[in-house]
Amino acid sequence: MPSIQENVTEEIAVSAKNLYKVFGRRPKEAVERLHNGATRDEITELGTAAVIDASFDVHKGEIFVVMGLSGSGKSTLIRMLNGLWDTTSGSVTVGEDTITNMSASKLRNVRRKRISMVFQHFALFPHRSVIENAAYALEVQGVAREDRLARAQKTIDLVGLKGWGHKMPSELSGGMQQRVGLARALTADTDVLLMDEAFSALDPLIRREMQEQLVELQQELGKTIIFITHDLNEAMFLGDRIAVMRDGRIVQIGTPEDILTDPANDYVEQFVQDVDRARVLTASSVMEPARSTVLAGAGPRAALKTMRDLQTSTAFVLGRDRKLQGVVRDADAMKLVRKGISDLSSILSDDFNAVQEDTYLSELFVPAVESPLPLAVVDETGRLMGVVPRVTLLAALGNVSTDTGDIILLEPPLTVPSEAITDVLETAEAASMKEDAR
Amino acid sequence: MNDFFRIPLGTWVEGGIDFITVAFGGVFDLIKLLISSLYDVVNFVFTAPPFWVVIVIFAVLAFMARGWVFSLGSTLGFVLIVGLNQWDNAMDTLTLVLIAASIAVVISVPLGILAAKYRTVSNIMKPVLDFLQTMPAFVYLIPALTLFRVGDVPGVVATVVFALAPGVRLTELGIRGVDKEIVEAGQAFGSSPSRILRQIQLPLAMPSIMAGINQVIMLSLSMVVIGAMVGASGLGKPVIQSLSRIDVALGFEAGLAVVILAIFLDRLTASFGLGKGYFRFVIDSFPSRSGKPDDASSADLADADTINSSSPTVDEPAELTPPSR
Repeated sequence: MPSIQENVTEEIAVSAKNLYKVFGRRPKEAVERLHNGATRDEITELGTAAVIDASFDVHKGEIFVVMGLSGSGKSTLIRMLNGLWDTTSGSVTVGEDTITNMSASKLRNVRRKRISMVFQHFALFPHRSVIENAAYALEVQGVAREDRLARAQKTIDLVGLKGWGHKMPSELSGGMQQRVGLARALTADTDVLLMDEAFSALDPLIRREMQEQLVELQQELGKTIIFITHDLNEAMFLGDRIAVMRDGRIVQIGTPEDILTDPANDYVEQFVQDVDRARVLTASSVMEPARSTVLAGAGPRAALKTMRDLQTSTAFVLGRDRKLQGVVRDADAMKLVRKGISDLSSILSDDFNAVQEDTYLSELFVPAVESPLPLAVVDETGRLMGVVPRVTLLAALGNVSTDTGDIILLEPPLTVPSEAITDVLETAEAASMKEDAR
Repeated sequence: MNDFFRIPLGTWVEGGIDFITVAFGGVFDLIKLLISSLYDVVNFVFTAPPFWVVIVIFAVLAFMARGWVFSLGSTLGFVLIVGLNQWDNAMDTLTLVLIAASIAVVISVPLGILAAKYRTVSNIMKPVLDFLQTMPAFVYLIPALTLFRVGDVPGVVATVVFALAPGVRLTELGIRGVDKEIVEAGQAFGSSPSRILRQIQLPLAMPSIMAGINQVIMLSLSMVVIGAMVGASGLGKPVIQSLSRIDVALGFEAGLAVVILAIFLDRLTASFGLGKGYFRFVIDSFPSRSGKPDDASSADLADADTINSSSPTVDEPAELTPPSR
C-alpha cells in the first residue's frame, strides 16, 4: 500500500533477534542443535520447535504481516513479542525496552504502555458491557472511571459501534465483537498493536470490510501493527511488509510485490500462486517502457517515421520533462505531412486512458477495454513513466513473462500500409529538399 | 485369614490419631469451642423467632431466587415439617448444614483456585480428594469422635471433611475451563494475576463454582444426618431412634423432613449458580474496581506472576500448535 508507507518511519518499534521457542524437556539443547543446522524433525525427541531463529525489525507506523499456515509458529511468535510466552533463546525489544528476562511487574508495565493485542476469537470479557470491555486497558492502568469510559466511548465511535456501548458482547455479531476487540486495544493507546489472526474467524465480506477499516484507522492513527494471518490475500492487502513463515522459520521478508514477483524459494512461490495478483500488483510493477513516443516539437514527419518503424498506428506525444500531452494517429500525421504542416498540435487527441503508477491491476481492466491503445502510466506530475498494453496486463495476471525475445509487436497496428507511409515520407522529404535547395 | 503377612495400617493410623489427640489437644479444644459457639449463635437465629416468621423469610428468599411457584412449594413443605413435629430438629439440621457447608466452602474454594493455578497442587490434591470422597462416611466419625468427643462438633467436622471434595474439584474445573484467550487478553493488557483472578477467572468460573457449592451443601445435609450417630442434633436423631426401635412411622416422618429440606436447599443454591432471579448479584458482584493500578497493591505478587506469565514451558506442550507434517 503505497499510501500507507507515508506513515512508516525509520524508527524501530519492535525488534526480534534470533528468537527461538522450543517446547519440551530439553529446550536449550534443542536450540543449540537447531543453531548448528539441525532441522525441526531431527530434534523431535528434545522438544517441539515452534519458532526457529526468527529475526526482524518492525518500523514505527508500519503494518508488518507474519504469514504462515497453521503450525508454522506464527501464533507462538506473536506471543513472544509481548512476553505472554517467554523466549527459549533470543531477545525481543519493544521501543527501548528489552522485554526478554524482564521482571514480571516491569513487563506488565510495558504491556500497559506500549503493546496491546487483538485476539483471533475476540477474547472479550463476556460479563462486561462493550464499553467496559473497551475501557479495560485503562482500568488496569488505574485511570478513573469517568475518564476511562469517556476515552473508551471515543474508540467505540471510531470503530463504528456508536450506540452499542451498553450492550453485552453476546448481543453482537462476530464482526462487531471484533470491533470491540479492536476498540479495546486502541483505547490502551499503545504504539504497537499485535493482531493474532484477528479477522480469520469472520466471514469473507465482513473480513474485507474490517481490513479496509483497519487500513483507514492505521492511516489515521499511525499505529505500528503486527498482524498474523494464514490468508495470503489478507497479508498482501494489509502488509507494508510480509514475513512468510514455514515450519517455525521465516523464509522471506519483503513487500507484497517483492514476494509476489520474486519469491525466495519454491515454497513461497507455490504459496503465492493463488494470490489475487490483480489486487497486489500495481501499474508501475507491470508496465513496459513506452517506445512509441515523439517529442511535441519533433513534428509530424518524425512521428510518422516512429510509427512506421514500430509498426503501430499511434504515438504518445511528450512535452518537456516527458509530460504526456496526447496521442497522434498515423492517418492524421500522414495528412499533415502531405499538407506540409510541421506542427503536431492540430491532430493531438486525448483519446487514450492514463492511469497513476500506484493503481492496482484490478482497476486497469475497464480503462484497458475502453481504448485500443496501451494504457499510459503517469506519475503525479503527469510524466509518462511507461505503458501497459493489454497483453502485458493478461500476462501479469498469469504470472508469465511477455518477453519472448522475438520482435515486439505494438498495439494497435498501422492503419495505413507502411509502403504508403514510406511514399508520403519520401515525397515530403524530396519536397523539403527542394525547398532547402531554393 | 491371611497367614503370611498382616500390615497393621489401622493400628498405625490409630496411633497417629492418638498422638494428635494428645499433642494438639489444645488446638482441638479451641476448634470445638469455636464451632459450638458458632452453632449456638446460628441456631438461635433459626429457633428464637416463632416458626411462621422463619417460614415467611424462607418463602421470601425462595421467591427472590426462583419465583412464586418455588416460594409456595417451600412454604407448604415447611408447614408440613411443622405438622410432622420435626420443626426444631429441622432447624438444628439446617444450622449444622450451614456451618459445615460454610467451613467446607471456605476451605475448598481457595484450594480449588490453587489447584487450578499450580499443576503440582492439582496432582497432589486429586488422590486426596478421591480418598475423602470414597472412604465410607461413617469412618470419619471415629477420629472425629476421639478428637472432639460426643456432640455436634464431631458431626460438623466429619461433615466438612466429607463434603470438601466437590467444592475443590468444581472450582478447579471452572477456573481451568475459562477460555485461555480471555485470560491471555487480561495478561496482554498488563493485568496482575490477582486482578485476572478477581475480574476474569472467578466471575467466569462462577457457574461452576456455584455448582460445587451446591454439591457441598447437599453432601453436608446427607452427612449431618449420619452425624447423629456421634451425638449431633437435628433430624438424624429421630432417624437413628427409629432405626433402633424399628419405628417406621417416625423414620418416615423424619426422613421426609430431610427430603424437604434438601430440595429447598438444592433449588435455592442452584439458582445462585444460574444467576437467576434476584440472585444474579452473586455473579455480578465482582465490580470493576476503579482507582489504583495493580502494582501499587500487588508488587509483592511479582514472583507468582513470573510463574504465571511464563507457564507454558514444560507443563503444557499440548498448547502448542501441532507441528506440520
